[in-house]
Amino acid sequence: MRAILETTPFLLTGELLWARVPFSPTNIFAPASTPAETIHGLSLLVLIITGAIFLTVFSLLVFAVVKFREKNSSNTDEPAQVYGSVQIELAWTVIPVLIVVVLFLATVRVIAKVQNATPPPGALKVTVIGHQFWWEYRYDKSNVVTANELHIPLSDPANPTPTFLTLLSADTDHSFWVPRLAGKTDLIPNHPNSTWIDPHEPGLYLGQCSQYCGVQHAKMLLRVYVQPRAEFDRWLAQQSLPAVASDNVAEGRRVFESTVCVNCHTIRGTMADGKFGPDLTHLMSRDTIAAGSVRNTPQNLRLWVQNPQTFKPGCLMPAMGLSGAQLDAITAYLESLR
Amino acid sequence: MSSVSVTYDNPPTAGRPIVEILHEWVTTVDHKRIGILYILYALVFLIFGGAEATIMRLQLIRPHNDLVSPEVFDRMFTMHGTTMIFFFAMPILFGFVNYLVPLMIGARDMAFPRLNAFSFWISAFGGLLLYFSFFGGNGLYGAGNAPDVGWFAYAPLTSQTFSLGHSTDFWTISVLLSGVGSVGTAINIITTVLTMRCRGMTLGKMPLLAWLSLTMGGLVILCVSPLTAAQLMLLIDRYLGGHFFDTQAGGSAVIWMHFFWIFGHPEVYVLAIPAFAFASEIIPVFSRKAIFGYPVMVAATLAIGFISMSVWAHHMFTVGMTAAGNTFFVISTMAIAVPTGIKIFNWLATMWGGKIQFRTPMLFCTGFLFQFLIAGLTGVMLAAAPFDWQLSNSYFVVAHFHYVIVGGILFTIFGAFYYWFPKMSGRMYNEWLGKLHFWVFVIGFHLTFDFMHIPGILGMPRRIYTYEPGRGWDVWNLIVTIGVFFQAVGMLIFLGNLLWSWWHGADAGSDPWDAWTLEWSTASPPPAYNFAVLPEVRSRRPLWDLKHPEDPDWHYE
Repeated sequence: MRAILETTPFLLTGELLWARVPFSPTNIFAPASTPAETIHGLSLLVLIITGAIFLTVFSLLVFAVVKFREKNSSNTDEPAQVYGSVQIELAWTVIPVLIVVVLFLATVRVIAKVQNATPPPGALKVTVIGHQFWWEYRYDKSNVVTANELHIPLSDPANPTPTFLTLLSADTDHSFWVPRLAGKTDLIPNHPNSTWIDPHEPGLYLGQCSQYCGVQHAKMLLRVYVQPRAEFDRWLAQQSLPAVASDNVAEGRRVFESTVCVNCHTIRGTMADGKFGPDLTHLMSRDTIAAGSVRNTPQNLRLWVQNPQTFKPGCLMPAMGLSGAQLDAITAYLESLR
Repeated sequence: MSSVSVTYDNPPTAGRPIVEILHEWVTTVDHKRIGILYILYALVFLIFGGAEATIMRLQLIRPHNDLVSPEVFDRMFTMHGTTMIFFFAMPILFGFVNYLVPLMIGARDMAFPRLNAFSFWISAFGGLLLYFSFFGGNGLYGAGNAPDVGWFAYAPLTSQTFSLGHSTDFWTISVLLSGVGSVGTAINIITTVLTMRCRGMTLGKMPLLAWLSLTMGGLVILCVSPLTAAQLMLLIDRYLGGHFFDTQAGGSAVIWMHFFWIFGHPEVYVLAIPAFAFASEIIPVFSRKAIFGYPVMVAATLAIGFISMSVWAHHMFTVGMTAAGNTFFVISTMAIAVPTGIKIFNWLATMWGGKIQFRTPMLFCTGFLFQFLIAGLTGVMLAAAPFDWQLSNSYFVVAHFHYVIVGGILFTIFGAFYYWFPKMSGRMYNEWLGKLHFWVFVIGFHLTFDFMHIPGILGMPRRIYTYEPGRGWDVWNLIVTIGVFFQAVGMLIFLGNLLWSWWHGADAGSDPWDAWTLEWSTASPPPAYNFAVLPEVRSRRPLWDLKHPEDPDWHYE
């Protein structure tokens, strides 16, 4: 079963974008948002300078190793003893100091540009809360709460509509890293942080938690869906609606509401208002479950509810010991949460 | 040369009961024996740490591998990091420093021989305690387990809420014990260098190794003490209701990071400076030239020691410091590249115009020069804070610091092994096997750590027990794992060479390298009292003066 669940990378419409990104969908040298592009510019400068230093010193070392190796071991004369030279020492002190000054000034500009940015009027604000081992997103000025898959609007460079993220943690340290959009920023309990992104191309951007947060740190994946403004607005409006009740799945709803599911999960419009786990109000609008690590299909959903530890050993959701009939009912109910 | 060839009597070891010999080693306060104990103990932990690394690399050989569980993987990286830093790198360097400093400054022992023995044994028990966690870590809850909080054990993962049982306590207390031993040894080294030098050896005439050991000792006292304090605070949090790092009760996770890294970064230099010391002794001898720019080398060392105390938060560029805070740590971190660069240039100038003999110790030091250059340049990349926002906590960082610790420090440690093995054992190692070890290890090192940079650039974070396919990481991880096998074979050749040569190597004589510092003026292995008559020196290379009475160094210094 593991093989079926885990081996093939699941391709979803948005993920066909991968083909357009060289080497990797998480390549830091394929930036698509201002913070990542600014960092990319600086990193190229740093690479050129360090590359030049490397070539120079490497060549000198190779030359010394080849040229001054002992050719005739029977000749025991010692070479001329040289004890030092003030001029030479000064030269290789002053030149590196100058290089450091250049690098430092270039770096400071980028730090200021990225860190001192303030949100323009059209900016979207989202609070990101790191949990063991998933992401919670709360949209500002809206009742929308979702998990793991962040939807944000496209930002036109001429008329930017960036997204500003407030980063909080509910438990241990985490780190928000979507390499093509921005550098990483940690989510630390009692220590609110922030970051911002303004993607210039629509599509799906991948990333994952990059601060060790516990057993399932590896499967705390990030998916950022960048949509044109109108599409994003439709998504937000749809997400703000309460769950639609359907009589067809009344049995599944009864099972859900009469087990401990409700202690951790919220389904808006029902009595389920737990806060420890992901909000499930519009579960079926998400492509994945288990923090981006499992494709959201009815079969996977059923297996997940049956025993989450199969997919993510060590995750905090326990197996409920439900019967086959209960699992079918609950899966049907969850599938109705569109 | 005849003037320094003195015959010494070593007590015979053959034919005596093993218990008596063991008793001598356990109760010894002789700096040479304690040095060898440190080295042997560190080698055992090197094997443990290497085995843990191998398990991790096998798990990561392909995506969604399930060789080990996530829990086991987390224990492996925690134990690997803790073992390699606290129970391999520091002890082995202390071992060499312990063995060499008194011999090189013409002393009969360290300043505090009993403190020396105490420091060794307390560190040794720290290491045993750490590994006992495999059996006792879960206390009464059931089977044991090792700590799984990572070697920098960020709060609040170490709190009672997230870390049940006693595995974190084993980590805390073993690191604390190791810290006590390290500070003891550091005090000993500083006192020895400052007060035990032979007649004529002013500070300016000490071998560079003594200068660098002195700097390392100072750094240990400054950087290990905050870590020890933080461990006590963590214990108070866990058992006495403290809230220093308890974020659920208003404590600060960031304060732990500061405590850890004000230790953690100078620690890199605690390890690197003795490595520089070995290179500074080995490169001149095999280039047949005096070290280039001795006063500048001393100044650069002190500058590195000084600046290294002000760079720690470059490990924290992603924790949300202010722009001003980030800027400060950018400039301090970049500044440290200058004295480090000066050192590389001086070693290069020492080789320039020499007659370089590529015996095994020199091969390893040459490898060190090339690799440390790259490690330093990737360090400059990481010092540019915005670049670090991308690279931090990725496999690029893992590759960078392994380049420093393996490519830089471990290579000079191997060099030091081959260089001083004849002095410690009285026997020559096998040169052919030594060179084979070098080449096999170089191949393994570069397969593993060159290619490890790439998945980091492609977005792979560290400390993940598995990864998704389709991210372009697969092939690089496969190559990285293949390199591990070469490194393991290199290690086996190394250990085999040492073991075989210890009993069967050719007689090395007192001065096999035609070297210039005082340890080569006494017998191999040296007698317990080191020197029958305490030496008197007039220059930095006393044996050069003896061998070249027509052109002694003290004419020029």
